[in-house]
Amino acid sequence: MSLFALNFLLSLSFSINVSAQEPDIAKGKSLFNSQCASCHKLNRKLVGPALKGVSAKYEKEWLYSWIKNSAAMIKSGDERAVAIYEEYNKVAMNAFPNLSNNDIDNILAYTDYVPPKPTPPPGAAVVQTSASDSTSDIILILLSFVLLVLVILLYLINKTLKSLVAQNTVFADSKSNKKGIPIWKAFVKNQFLVLVSVVSLLLSSAYFAYDYMMQIGVDQGYMPIQPIHYSHKIHAGANQIECQYCHSSAKKSKHSGIPSLNVCMNCHENIADYNGEEDLEKGYTKDFYTNEIKKLYKAVGWDENTQSYTGDTEPVKWVRIHNLPDFVYFNHAQHVTVAGVDCQKCHGPVEEMEILYQHSPLTMGWCINCHRESNIKVKDNEYYTKIHKELSKKYGVKELTAAQMGGLECGKCHY
Amino acid sequence: MGNHKKYWKSEVELSSDNKMISDLRNNEFVDELPVNTLLGNKNNLENSSTNRRDFLKYLGFSTAAATLASCEGPVNRSIPYVVQPERIIPGISNYYATSIADGYDFANVLIKTREGRPIKILNNSKAKVKSSANARVQASVLSMYDSMRLKGPTVNGEATSWDKLNKDVKSELDLMLASNSQVVLLTQTFASPTTSKLIKDFQDKYPNIRHVVYDAISDSKALDAFEIAHGKRALPIYDFSKADVIVSVGADFLGDWQGGGHDTSYVKGRVPLKNKITNEKAKMSKHFQLESNMTISGANADNRISLTPTQQKIALAKIYGHISGNVVSGNLPENIEIQIKNISNSLIKSGSKGLIITGLDDVDAHLLTHKINDLLKSISINANEVSLIKEGNDSEVIELVSDLNSGKVKGIIMCGVNPVYTMPNSDEFISGINKSQLSVCFSMKNDETASISKWAAACPHYFESWGDNEMVSGNFSLTQPTIRPLFDTMQFQDCLLRWMNSENSFYDLIKENWNENILEKKSWNEALHDGFYKSNLNLPLKKINYDFLNAAKNLSSAKSNGLELVLYSKTGMGDGQQSNNPWLQEFPDPITRVSWDNYLTVSKFDAQKIGLKNQNVANGALDSNYANISVSGVNIKVPVIIQPGQARGSVGLAFGYGKTNGIKKEMQVGVNAYRLYHNFNALQNVEITAIDENHEFACVQLHNTLMGRGDIIRETTLEVFNTKKVSDWNPITKVSLNHIETPVNSPEVDLWDEFDRSIGHHFNLSIDLNSCTGCGACVIACHAENNVPVVGKSEVRRSRDMHWLRIDRYYSSDESFDGDNKTKDGINGLSDSLSVFGEMENPSENPQVVFQPVMCQHCNHAPCETVCPVAATSHGRQGQNHMAYNRCIGTRYCANNCPYKVRRFNWFLYNNNDEFDFNMNDDLGKMVLNPDVVVRSRGVMEKCSFCIQSTQAIILNAKKEGRLVEKDEFNDACACSAACSTGAMRFGDINEKESKVSELKESERVYHLLDTVGTKPNVFYHVKIRNTDEV
Repeated sequence: MSLFALNFLLSLSFSINVSAQEPDIAKGKSLFNSQCASCHKLNRKLVGPALKGVSAKYEKEWLYSWIKNSAAMIKSGDERAVAIYEEYNKVAMNAFPNLSNNDIDNILAYTDYVPPKPTPPPGAAVVQTSASDSTSDIILILLSFVLLVLVILLYLINKTLKSLVAQNTVFADSKSNKKGIPIWKAFVKNQFLVLVSVVSLLLSSAYFAYDYMMQIGVDQGYMPIQPIHYSHKIHAGANQIECQYCHSSAKKSKHSGIPSLNVCMNCHENIADYNGEEDLEKGYTKDFYTNEIKKLYKAVGWDENTQSYTGDTEPVKWVRIHNLPDFVYFNHAQHVTVAGVDCQKCHGPVEEMEILYQHSPLTMGWCINCHRESNIKVKDNEYYTKIHKELSKKYGVKELTAAQMGGLECGKCHY
Repeated sequence: MGNHKKYWKSEVELSSDNKMISDLRNNEFVDELPVNTLLGNKNNLENSSTNRRDFLKYLGFSTAAATLASCEGPVNRSIPYVVQPERIIPGISNYYATSIADGYDFANVLIKTREGRPIKILNNSKAKVKSSANARVQASVLSMYDSMRLKGPTVNGEATSWDKLNKDVKSELDLMLASNSQVVLLTQTFASPTTSKLIKDFQDKYPNIRHVVYDAISDSKALDAFEIAHGKRALPIYDFSKADVIVSVGADFLGDWQGGGHDTSYVKGRVPLKNKITNEKAKMSKHFQLESNMTISGANADNRISLTPTQQKIALAKIYGHISGNVVSGNLPENIEIQIKNISNSLIKSGSKGLIITGLDDVDAHLLTHKINDLLKSISINANEVSLIKEGNDSEVIELVSDLNSGKVKGIIMCGVNPVYTMPNSDEFISGINKSQLSVCFSMKNDETASISKWAAACPHYFESWGDNEMVSGNFSLTQPTIRPLFDTMQFQDCLLRWMNSENSFYDLIKENWNENILEKKSWNEALHDGFYKSNLNLPLKKINYDFLNAAKNLSSAKSNGLELVLYSKTGMGDGQQSNNPWLQEFPDPITRVSWDNYLTVSKFDAQKIGLKNQNVANGALDSNYANISVSGVNIKVPVIIQPGQARGSVGLAFGYGKTNGIKKEMQVGVNAYRLYHNFNALQNVEITAIDENHEFACVQLHNTLMGRGDIIRETTLEVFNTKKVSDWNPITKVSLNHIETPVNSPEVDLWDEFDRSIGHHFNLSIDLNSCTGCGACVIACHAENNVPVVGKSEVRRSRDMHWLRIDRYYSSDESFDGDNKTKDGINGLSDSLSVFGEMENPSENPQVVFQPVMCQHCNHAPCETVCPVAATSHGRQGQNHMAYNRCIGTRYCANNCPYKVRRFNWFLYNNNDEFDFNMNDDLGKMVLNPDVVVRSRGVMEKCSFCIQSTQAIILNAKKEGRLVEKDEFNDACACSAACSTGAMRFGDINEKESKVSELKESERVYHLLDTVGTKPNVFYHVKIRNTDEV
């Protein structure tokens, strides 16, 4: 109890001692994020003006009264207040009577805070990296030295062996001269051997040729460069956005649909800068990502300064990754809605892909395999109730596969 | 002797003194070759940077580079919307209700759009009237993607802007108003209440404007007659289903007569149904057709009498005489007299259930039919509604032409008409236009008229326009855009508003007019959604007294001198507006089965007299010589078809061909029959002489008679159907098994093992030969749905047409098919059979006709499947015969083994091929392709798939919604059955016991095509029944 009283006293004394009090930037940040961030940004106009260095533009007293009740100031005809009101489409700022002057000071301290220039990387680290580089070099040099020694050793052994043979020359030479026929001639003479080897050569080349041919037109791993570097890793991975939030037609239509740009803008009206993790090695810096967001703004015709659409649009020409030939009919809705197949089953770990690529081969064999292995999702689907009962009885199985439902018939996919 | 032989390449060589020849003989290169300049300078050669080796290196490198480059797959781009419209989901079709009113065809339709582009037209079955799209309306979707369309407004052939055009035309109009000189507004029939209102407002503003309505194929005389009889310039509405006896005197009412669309009600009365509970006899209407050309109405008639137009007039007068009790003179052959008496008696007996109509281009004839129907108190004529789709007035049009030439009319604004092409006296019209100060032509094409008008105002297609119409009084329809205008076009009505300085658009005007004057309870949005609104407005027909006996006298005194020409419109081409539409050009005429042409139809008797011939050349294709036909000084050279059923002394020629402007070269076929349309009368006297010059036809059916083959078409009479056992008129076919006659459906004669098809869906298509009028809407619908390519005239001539669905037409070689069967059964021995079968190849002079739609029969025991070496065609559990195009290697074994000849081989690549410059060769025309169906490539076989893309889509919808497929949901899955307005084709699941098709399958009229071969098709036909009963 006494502790509580002490605390109270302390805080009281602090609040009295406002002017002397050093504002708390951390508190200011959390207040800014909870109270101001929905309409203001530090460096950029949002609904309201950018707040960086706002205390330099207006004196504190003015700001206190503005923040606590801006409408009243406008009403009273304060010149500067009216000017802001006019500039921002005659939308008055919400009143924040709950904020104390101290709170406001904290917020202003945060908005005024200029982070110290990023200190240059400590020299030790630089040395360290170069050291690590040099260690690998040393290992390489060592290895090559060992190899060189091995080669020399082998050469020497070979030499001694040869000199040994030379000592027994007479014996060896007479032997080889008697035999006479070189091995290739013997091979040519043996017609059976020739036949067998030709056949096996043909067969093996046919095998490899077939193998080569079969991968023509299979674009597994196809990873084209897109006009906008869109990272599924950030959207579906880090931010855990549901696939079908953007690819909404996958559950209704044959196309999964590339989201139209207005879908992007649902979030990106407010997310103009990238603040997530960076991958410096590959050059994916924050600036890089932010720049990609700017590309989106250009395409959709969004003017950041006025926070409005210019109407000047430029549709994005994405490179299509999954290309099925025209003679195949594939329907996303059938697989997503009816069968309940996860997107990842065919598209792979999209949430880990920085650049999207084709995960599956998309060959007919691959399709059919799955149809053979997957069961029909009968639950809660009245369409299947009767036919599943009858067919499973006919085939004597408990659960039907897609193939048994007719999923292997040519005309189901080719028309 | 041999020394005298002289070999020569051309005649000139023979004359020895020709200098050129001697020069050439001595010197191969007359002009000196520039060898020296190229190779003479040694220094040059040596200093040249490219030597032979370098050249070879470059060559090798570029070859290698090209080869490497070609190894890489193409990069496909995917471009999503910037802002996706709410209603559009890529891959899902949207449907809009709208209506077509192009001045010739009027119908309420549904437009199927995919990703914002219209790809198909369907019937708007919710509409109460005009709810069926004929072949031309079905094809009109392709006319939107016509690369020959006007892309923007022009002045004197130079591109201009709409602002400028509107400003200039307006100032011109103001000048005309100031000088009080007349301007004529020459338009098609709009039948649009809002357009009428707008034109009235326009005339209020510019009182010097006269509005003239011009129908290229005129119904002016019928309108005149109706006005005299009932006091309103309109056409009657008929309900053929209420008639027991239908008598048509020269009216092709199943074709385009009075705007067409009469088939639905006609067929309702033509399907005999036995009531099994009450054991009541089946009934169907009796149809007499008196006509000169063979039409599809005549082909469907129970009793067709071929008469020349003059004879028809006398016959009509006599029928009037019999019914009214007056004596009417006039001469007819005796047997005809008897038949006329018989027809009259039938009409009298049927009383109010009788109906007579006429298509004779004669006011008196129309008057008489009104009077006869009045005397009969016919209930088939709607007493409260009239048809408003024809407004054209011949006399006003004739007056206009003379006024233009005399200078009385100084300006002309045209919309929806092409008078330079469609007027008989188009030269006069052209000189008239040239004299006028102001000529504006609203047109979709740079056609004959637009190209000579000062301003050619590019019109939008009806898919890109707003509009409204009242086809039948009190029944209103809306036209709404289903796509943004493809080109810089502006509607006629919007221009009128600009000229009136109005800020409104035509859309505002329609909405205002509908809300104020038309919609009583419904909201605008609801009406727009339905595309149709029926008000409770009734306009009872007035009766006006008239001296009908005089009309009868006029008719009966009709006389002909020589041959009579009957001008008609073909099912495919109509008035010729859409002649740049390759689907319609390739559409085979239902009667003659000839595509890509019009021709003179002539009876065999007259052909022999004049010396006109048809012959089949070595590959079977049809050829003819030409006839020179001459009508009041106008001569036309035209090929000939000898038409069974054509009345002796009459010939026929179709409108709509012979266009020259705004049309691709391939489509410039046929002759322009409008040149013979003097005084807008479809009946003309002609003189014909033969010209000895060969013409090549593209005819898809080269064998015309059935020759007693009862397993193709089964036919019986109503009497037999009602009184005899099924085994008498639709017996189960028997085949010989170990020399014992065994029913074909017994298991022991089957080569195949039976497959259990009781689980899941099993699709069947029912085709009722009694309901099929042969109109061909299904053929075009199939074309649109399945991306069927157009192959062009010379390929069709080689029997390489690609139609997945054809409508075979057979003539009887006896007077009836029954007679054929008897003749065949009576054949005795080889010599007899040779001669008799030879004779049976020739159709009778007035044959019975039958239509039979044939598509892949989807045999359960399919002969095609067993012969495919790569298993590209196989059977699905749902009864469909699948065709995997990517697997097909093109051996064509399947086509050879198909007893129905329904498989079509892609001889060429028909898309992206300049040799086949039709819609699949240009980017615009490709927009009509159905994205759910693959565009087949060269070297593969294709055929009807039972529209598997639609059946699968319906199943998928049910699965997505977790429900069973609803009753009859499969009915409209097939494009053909969806397009069929008479219900002749019905598709469905026979494992669904409640479905219509299951019910139809139980009918005792069911038979399978060529059931002797034991293919067990999934398409079944219904025995055709003709009503030969006495009424």
